[in-house]
Amino acid sequence: MRSIWRTLDRRGLADIGLTCLAVFFIGLSYGAIAVASGFPLWVPAVLSVLVLAGASEFLFVGIVAAGGSPIAAALAGLLVNSRHLPYGLALPPGVTGRRWGRLLGTHVMNDESVVFALAQPDPPAKRAAYWACGLGVLACWPGGAMLGALIGSVVHDTSAFGLDAMFPAVILALIVKDLRDARMRRAALAGAAIALAATPFLPAGLPVLLALTAVVLTP
Amino acid sequence: MKEPTTLVVAGLAILAGGTYALRLSGQLLRARITFPPRAAKLLEAAAVILLAALVATTALTEGHGFSGFARPAGVLVAGVLAWRKAPFLVVVLAAAAVTALLRVLGVS
Repeated sequence: MRSIWRTLDRRGLADIGLTCLAVFFIGLSYGAIAVASGFPLWVPAVLSVLVLAGASEFLFVGIVAAGGSPIAAALAGLLVNSRHLPYGLALPPGVTGRRWGRLLGTHVMNDESVVFALAQPDPPAKRAAYWACGLGVLACWPGGAMLGALIGSVVHDTSAFGLDAMFPAVILALIVKDLRDARMRRAALAGAAIALAATPFLPAGLPVLLALTAVVLTP
Repeated sequence: MKEPTTLVVAGLAILAGGTYALRLSGQLLRARITFPPRAAKLLEAAAVILLAALVATTALTEGHGFSGFARPAGVLVAGVLAWRKAPFLVVVLAAAAVTALLRVLGVS
């Protein structure tokens, strides 16, 4: 842990801290939404610790709450989480830790930790950013989800606070750097259009995967 | 929750176990095969496209239909702020604030 503080500068740590704070707030909305859609408190709590991938958990809870089968919901969640495979390919060896440390290092792989790791210039900094952000999210996401579930059992109308807009905003903020590239932007917009066009017809989770066909537009 | 608890637990186990396997398999594959930079770029592009599609569907749709105007308006404001390099927390809180404000004004 100590090497994390040495390797990352103050600015980098502040960005990671703010990201974890945002994750905490999204966790709040997630826990509250899950309980408001009729789940017992343990469902968002256990999901947040063992899955630790917000988008797929929102999807799982959303599909089951809408009356879908939990098995189908899990498979849809896995489709959304399939992006972790290219993440694992993109990370240089050793970033996620070695031997036993890698068991935990693998679990804390998420959108945020990978983005921060890839943004660093050299392997030690990549490793430090990955772990700082990964462990921060591991604390903040379940913490937020559990507190949100507690609040959700008291406050019922969470949409009044606009919490449902936070999740897409977070992801958008994370990819805006990539969207500055014109070709990447064109492919991303095409993918978004494909997913939107397919949403009325396909089961939840599939439209997002169908968007992958837009990858032919990238150089 | 209308579904039986055992089925929800099964779904939860599949999602958690499968997600861990996905997180691990990319790393293991990388150790075994040498990856051409072009393919790595393509995979990175695939991840961005997936996430962009996730933004579009979660911002604009609810179930199989339109989510209403308040949520995408909040996300749009967040997008503009992010493009202009506003701090992360400002971006996220602006999304919630704009959406909440529109709903107070009666826009769903």
